[in-house]
Amino acid sequence: MPSDMPTAERASAARPPAPRPLSPHLQIYKPQLTSVLSILHRATGIALAVGTSVLVWWLVAAAAGPAAFATVQGFLGSWIGKLMLLGWSVSLFYHLANGIRHLFWDAGYGFELKTAYASGWAVVAATAGLTALAWLVALGGMR
Amino acid sequence: MSGKAFDTRSPLSRARGLGPAKEGVAHWWAQRVTAAALVPMTLWFVVSVILLAGAEHATVVAWVGSPVTTVALLLLIAAVFHHAQLGLQVVIEDYVHNEGLKIAGLLVIKAAALVLAIGAAFAVLRIALG
Repeated sequence: MPSDMPTAERASAARPPAPRPLSPHLQIYKPQLTSVLSILHRATGIALAVGTSVLVWWLVAAAAGPAAFATVQGFLGSWIGKLMLLGWSVSLFYHLANGIRHLFWDAGYGFELKTAYASGWAVVAATAGLTALAWLVALGGMR
Repeated sequence: MSGKAFDTRSPLSRARGLGPAKEGVAHWWAQRVTAAALVPMTLWFVVSVILLAGAEHATVVAWVGSPVTTVALLLLIAAVFHHAQLGLQVVIEDYVHNEGLKIAGLLVIKAAALVLAIGAAFAVLRIALG
């Protein structure tokens, strides 16, 4: 294409679209630890963002007074409240552990396939361990 | 012009000769800096909340109102909501391709993050300053 053409003419010049590369759709791939953990990082991030509204409710109720605070504590102590807190704690520990894994990648470490799988399983183990520990201490402290 | 079979740039992008908006690095950095800051802050918060499980109102208010906790909570609130809106922004930009819906979604999550952050900070300050 001649470079001395006016810009508008160059932009509109008839030109077949280039065969741009496309990646296969997601369902083509077999789920792997690395890909599952990757999408879970995003999913738990969204869950935590939504969960912050409960945290704000808790703080605002504490500021409002004992009655409002008792309502929140009552809700969080109910089975549905505990279920939400369980989901929130799993998401938090997962996002925290996998976030550290991401920070190592950002610094340029841990890209070898073996290392990526080892760190992935470490994240799974840390999530399970920290969640179990947190609930043991919390439920032990409430008795 | 390039004669390569595969060129990841669209014809329009080539025609205009424009590069990126050059704002990506600031977003990327802010996401990582808040992430690194949130590692110790989150652990501190989780341990504190676990120790407060089932605590009475007066105990929680005394905790929030102590100077170190007040400042730490305000920092946590700032980091959490900044990190959250940066992350949700990328999610929307990745999946919402309708320009109008995308802009509306971005405005909604940024406004929601601001409202929740200011609400939380106000609650903490109200407790701390009595």
